[in-house]
Amino acid sequence: MNMENMTAVPIAGSRSEQSAGYISQAAGSPPHPEADETIIGLEVHCQLDTATKLFCACSTDYRSDGPNTHTCPVCLGLPGALPKINRKAVEFALRVAKALNCEVLLESVFSRKNYFYPDLDKAFQISQYDKPLAVGGYLVIEGDKGEKMVRITRVHMEEDPGRLVHKGGVDRARYSLVDYNRAGIPLIEIVTEPDMRSPKEARRFLNKLRVTLEYLSVFDSDKEGSLRVDANISLQPEGWFDREKKSYKGRNRVEVKNISSYKGVEKALTFEITRQRNVIRKGHPIEQATRHFVETQGITTASRSKEEEQDYRYFPEPDLCPLRVSSWVEQIDLPELPDARRARFIGQYGCSPNHARTLTGDLKLADFYEKVAGNADPALSATWVADTLIGELNYRDLGIGSVTPSHIIELVNLVKSKTLTDKNAIDVIRAILDGILQKQPAETPSQVVKRLDLGATDSGIAPAAIADVIREQPQAVADYESGKKEAFMFLIGQVMKKTRGKADPAELNAMLRDALDGRGQ
Amino acid sequence: MVFERDVEHIAGLADIGIVKEELDEFTIQFNRILDYFDILDTVEGDCVYEQDRYNVLREDVISPSLSQEDALKNAGETEDGFFKAPRVM
Ligand SMILES: [Zn+2]
Repeated sequence: MNMENMTAVPIAGSRSEQSAGYISQAAGSPPHPEADETIIGLEVHCQLDTATKLFCACSTDYRSDGPNTHTCPVCLGLPGALPKINRKAVEFALRVAKALNCEVLLESVFSRKNYFYPDLDKAFQISQYDKPLAVGGYLVIEGDKGEKMVRITRVHMEEDPGRLVHKGGVDRARYSLVDYNRAGIPLIEIVTEPDMRSPKEARRFLNKLRVTLEYLSVFDSDKEGSLRVDANISLQPEGWFDREKKSYKGRNRVEVKNISSYKGVEKALTFEITRQRNVIRKGHPIEQATRHFVETQGITTASRSKEEEQDYRYFPEPDLCPLRVSSWVEQIDLPELPDARRARFIGQYGCSPNHARTLTGDLKLADFYEKVAGNADPALSATWVADTLIGELNYRDLGIGSVTPSHIIELVNLVKSKTLTDKNAIDVIRAILDGILQKQPAETPSQVVKRLDLGATDSGIAPAAIADVIREQPQAVADYESGKKEAFMFLIGQVMKKTRGKADPAELNAMLRDALDGRGQ
Repeated sequence: MVFERDVEHIAGLADIGIVKEELDEFTIQFNRILDYFDILDTVEGDCVYEQDRYNVLREDVISPSLSQEDALKNAGETEDGFFKAPRVM
């Protein structure tokens, strides 16, 4: 709900020029909207992971508590209460600004954004307007055509509004219930230039931003509602970019609000492209508008009312002094960021570029992998963690945090020493994860191997199993000898059943073929 | 100069109902306030706010919040620990 009123502010020399460039539908626009370029810009709101709120000392750890249990006169907007800025929130925001290669302004100022809505107890949100914390950065992402730079227009700080609850669903409730636990949580708003060209690129940008913020230890994406996105999207015929004005002279853009998940961004934008194409195909103009994403239905709907920029009546927050923190930036020691870590994984551990990308795409996963790689064959560990473990975790909706690194170290070492076949190693992982799901006492891989009798054997039992199968399946053997290929597959299946996956499949294959072909000679 | 339609618009933003008869009165009052600012604008010299007040910050240390009961004390209507508010579309 609150997102509807969170519009990013244009600052001189950047976004304002851009939006001014969107004029109403030009005459004689091409009739093939499929060929148009998709132009996407994002406004991302992230909760900063501080202990207290932005302007008061209430705890931010509200998610498991009842409504209105984390409030005080400041975040309830009671008369006479005075806000005071959280130093940690400023430091976190600066870390983000530096990691996004932004210029921190010499002076930044908090402003009041006035609007009347139940999620705002003060009837204004303390945000930043004409003097944001930082401007003009970029983030490199994996684009549709290789690496690309997405420019960052601005980074500013603001407070989160409260949360509205509608009993019986948002469509039917006759009144709103308000919980101000979230009111005053520090948010950082990151506004991009319209540099993304597909919903996929938008999603990639968000993922990259999320990982970067996590590496900076300023953001926890596991917390529900910790990230919310508004997206601007327009379809522009080729060649409609005006290089002089640095803007599109084509169609209007539409702002899609209320996107609260990574997948939602791609879904909302894909829907919006189809909708806009249909409008264009019918020969109608695209109205400059704000639309709402309805996550459950995967559609966007027209927003009923839209306050104009001037209606927010921004003015400097008289209860707060300006920030002059640009000199702090030098002292910030940025941690190793995702791109650097990816390169290191390739160089230090011999990871494939794909594995390295997967493993560094999540901070906890990268940390987990490094623990494993330090105690087991690093390249083999990369395969088992990136290819198998993640898939099995996702399948069970488990996070990497539920697995103990020592278990995977042990598993990789068992595979490395050929004590465990690949196939049975997968079974061991499954057994361990299923045990976690069923909240059973944790089992080590060795214990699972013993319990399920999965240990690889030397080829000792294989000849006996092959002999047994050849004796028990004369028809299949005859079929094989008469040249039927399926018969071999059947026979190898029977042998594997007998050896219960404990023997190396390639070895079994060769042994069975030898045994069959050796007969009758 | 503020006109009646501006006052109506601002009343709408603030969700305040104004009847026709009040419009005239409020419009006069708005303009009177703006006149005061015109007078302030005639003051000579630079008016700058205090330049030495900046970076007033607090440490990120939690102090206890109000109880739910206290937080809701001034509310007109509540339900299950929530403030109850009219729907705004
Ligand atoms: Zn508070």
